[in-house]
Amino acid sequence: MTLEATRYADGTITCPGHPNSHTGAEAVERIDLSEREATVVTWTTSTATPPGVRQPNHLAIVEFDVDGESVRTLGQLTTGDVETGDTVVPVHAEELRDPDAGIREPESQDWDGYRFEPV
Amino acid sequence: MDRIAIIGASMTQFGQREGEWVCDLLAEAGERCLDDAGVEAGELDHLYVSNMASGEFEGQSGVMNALAHDLGALGAYTQRVDQTSASGGAGLYAAWQSVASGASDLTMLVGGEKMTHRSTAEATDVIASLTHPHEYKHGATLPSFAGLTARHYLEKYDAPREALAEVAVKNHRNGVDNPHAQFRKEITVEEALDSPVVADPLRLYDFCPITDGSAALLLCPESVAAEYTDDYAVISGIGGATDTHVVHERDDPTTMGGVVESSDIAYEMADCGPEDIDVAELHDMFTILEFLQSEGLGFFEEGEGWKAVREGVTERDGELPVNTSGGLKSKGHPLGASGVAQVYELYAQLTGDAGPRQVEADTALACNVGGFGNCVTTTILEQP
Repeated sequence: MTLEATRYADGTITCPGHPNSHTGAEAVERIDLSEREATVVTWTTSTATPPGVRQPNHLAIVEFDVDGESVRTLGQLTTGDVETGDTVVPVHAEELRDPDAGIREPESQDWDGYRFEPV
Repeated sequence: MDRIAIIGASMTQFGQREGEWVCDLLAEAGERCLDDAGVEAGELDHLYVSNMASGEFEGQSGVMNALAHDLGALGAYTQRVDQTSASGGAGLYAAWQSVASGASDLTMLVGGEKMTHRSTAEATDVIASLTHPHEYKHGATLPSFAGLTARHYLEKYDAPREALAEVAVKNHRNGVDNPHAQFRKEITVEEALDSPVVADPLRLYDFCPITDGSAALLLCPESVAAEYTDDYAVISGIGGATDTHVVHERDDPTTMGGVVESSDIAYEMADCGPEDIDVAELHDMFTILEFLQSEGLGFFEEGEGWKAVREGVTERDGELPVNTSGGLKSKGHPLGASGVAQVYELYAQLTGDAGPRQVEADTALACNVGGFGNCVTTTILEQP
């Protein structure tokens, strides 16, 4: 799996992708972000985590620069030793949380993805 | 168009209601509301129930039908309204529409939730089920969104961490005088800052508790309100709006677009502005939300909400009292009941029935937030 963003006909980009942009424009292109660096916009360490989620859970909103367009996404961090403005890279994880422990139907979505590691 | 009046209101004790389940709580608030207005259940045309997750929490669906039966309101049209944490405000919007459209001459709204039989982790997961699959698999929860946003706000506006604690201190102080509140205990800034970390930089006292409870409102056209009671309030403006499902896709994490847009609609309908509001109930599920809403509603400039709290503007004796009820922080947050209970407090304020919490107010505003600003309703109330 790759870390993919979606570009829409109106020029906007989101990660994760959706069928349409915020203004209803169709998705036209997928962009692989998995080999790119990003910058930490904000982060938190959550200690009260739900069933199946690691405790503590380090999370960040990170920002990629895609052809001059800011593209943000949310993801787990590999460490809590991070500051706003740090540069991070995606690191693949086979399973981000235990699919069988939470309320959501395990078959309804995928569970692998990318954590972010400071460089 | 005839405006819509609120002619009765009630709320149950909020807190841990051991041995009582969602239908018990809804019936308790519903019966009290009917008694408050001197109305029989059989007179209701429409009956709405605000509830987020009775199926997930308790395995009980169809709560609107159960309530109609329990109250003796069979024959009334019933509907359950789920808009996550904003179910109460959304239910009020539906109840308002039912009377404003002429479909109903007498509508009751009852909001309620039963949560405390679940562990904190389980309740957090039920609430987090509203998130996008991408957010859910990373373990994002509503408290974690609050932590992410609080850090961004503090860094962006160079605001001190103590300002968030002062929201909790204020709302706990207000809750002491609310007999229905889950917590009636003052706290200090030091206690808030020393409490356990939940979602860094936020700590335990930055978060509302898990709560059981219910609240109810009775609505009719203003033209006939005086036939029921001399003490009524009028809904002069109401609006709802939606923001992105994925929280990080918003241009600015500290701007709540749904708050801005829903309040613009409500202000226009009421023909007033933020400067006309005398008292407000805001959705302080997390302390940071009180800043974000007070700015989105236009009470203060962006990045200035924290200063207003520090200067005492939003205290009960301040220029613009916010959360005289104690807010979700102190009063508690039974999801589907909270938006209804906000208006219960404002109805009490406008009819002079708020006891030691009473402030001088002709115009009041409630802002009910679902998700992390994903869905929002804003309601403006006035004296007749």
